[in-house]
Amino acid sequence: MQDIFSLLSFSDGGWGSALAAGTLVTLSLALTTLPVGICLGLAVALMARSRSPRVRAVATVFTTIFRGLPELLTLLIVYYGGQILIQRIMASMGYGGSIQINAFLAGVIAFGLVLAAFSSEVWVGALNTIAKGQYEAASALGLNKWLSFRLVVFPQLMRAALPGLSNNWLTLLKDTSLISTISLVDIMRQTNLAVGATKQPMVFYLTACFLYLLLSAGSGLVFSFLERRANRGHVRG
Amino acid sequence: MFRDLLGLVLDLDLLDRYGWRFLDGVVVTAQLVAISFTLGGILGLGLGLARLSNNRALRWFAGAYIYFFRGSPLLAQLFLLYYGLGSLRPFWTDLGLWWFFREAWYCALLAFTLNTAAYQAEIFRGGIQAVPRGQREAAAALGMHDAITFVKVILPQAMIVALRPLGNELILMVKASAIASLVTIYDLMGVTKLAFSRSYNFELYLWAAVLYLLIVECIRRLWVLLERRLTRHLKSGDLVRPAHTGWLSRMTKSVLKPNT
Repeated sequence: MQDIFSLLSFSDGGWGSALAAGTLVTLSLALTTLPVGICLGLAVALMARSRSPRVRAVATVFTTIFRGLPELLTLLIVYYGGQILIQRIMASMGYGGSIQINAFLAGVIAFGLVLAAFSSEVWVGALNTIAKGQYEAASALGLNKWLSFRLVVFPQLMRAALPGLSNNWLTLLKDTSLISTISLVDIMRQTNLAVGATKQPMVFYLTACFLYLLLSAGSGLVFSFLERRANRGHVRG
Repeated sequence: MFRDLLGLVLDLDLLDRYGWRFLDGVVVTAQLVAISFTLGGILGLGLGLARLSNNRALRWFAGAYIYFFRGSPLLAQLFLLYYGLGSLRPFWTDLGLWWFFREAWYCALLAFTLNTAAYQAEIFRGGIQAVPRGQREAAAALGMHDAITFVKVILPQAMIVALRPLGNELILMVKASAIASLVTIYDLMGVTKLAFSRSYNFELYLWAAVLYLLIVECIRRLWVLLERRLTRHLKSGDLVRPAHTGWLSRMTKSVLKPNT
């Protein structure tokens, strides 16, 4: 027991600070991806409600692809494919050297695309809950398109979308563990390193699981605060 | 002729070298998902019932199990089982279970089963709770035994509610099964990585993408058919509800809720 605590401690020979650094990497990756994925998701949702059938088809193809592909495959395609693409472009411009794409960036792009596909469904559902009369009333008050979205539609939209978005966020948080396979040192990668050095897989993988649980529990608190805030103007019934 | 057409979209040389391996990969992925989804369903139904039971300890255990497996990444769970439990060799040898934890295949099956059981437990719980209380009361009034009531009355109706989320979970499992490639299993993803490491041809990843999309699309279509077949007794896919409310219930409703 003493052993386990010293393994996880923050002092010399302990892996505590390494795991904390990994947690920071996981969190910063997820937090960077979140706005990218959610904004892209809203854009896809608006495309899915467009009048033009071609625009709608683009949205359908996008969501079908990125909801259907395994996240690991998406990540590897973005990582290796992006590398090959950039190398081709650079070669055509007369640069012959090899280029490494940043693993963090590849993660943000890949997880952002997946999050966009899943969150667009949530946005579509939320947009459907807003009655037509709300838009009409806003335009009757003389609000322009942007103002009526910001002041009338958006606050109601968030109320309907938050539960779904919180699910998306939790999935994203867990999916980021896949980034360890392209050697970004997040919780999972740090844990693998610790296991390699100490030969204590039981301790460290359990710790990793609990770190993720802690992150989910923490985000649960944040989301329940946000939901209370989004509901503050809403009377039941 | 067919090969010439195929040659327009694929690298034929690559197809000759890795085509059959990819098919093997698809079979391995299908086996992995089918076995763990089925076993996970059985375990999940048990856990869902435990979550609804009157026994507080049972409820607490099921809740903790579901929270753990839904809150941490499948990757971490798989490594925990394969490397973590695999490191306790003397213990498993004593129990005579070492053959199980030695094999990546069994560990992956176990990890996926335990993981999907947690998700399916929540689906079943939701389905069972969605069955109106009157159904249970009516069965009790007919003198039906609790177990019979569950199997003949509650479960069929709960399954209809659970059908769509179960289909989603199956699709999520197909996608999640790609993680098995990280513990030396040659599923579709594993085969792709192996072939890529030998040929450095990026086209292989696109093959894998198309194959995964095909699998997911097939499951989706199949599920739509299944749902249509299983809900054919319901009007336009609606859930069970009385065909027309009687005058008595309509009157009580209007008396109790004068505002509406």
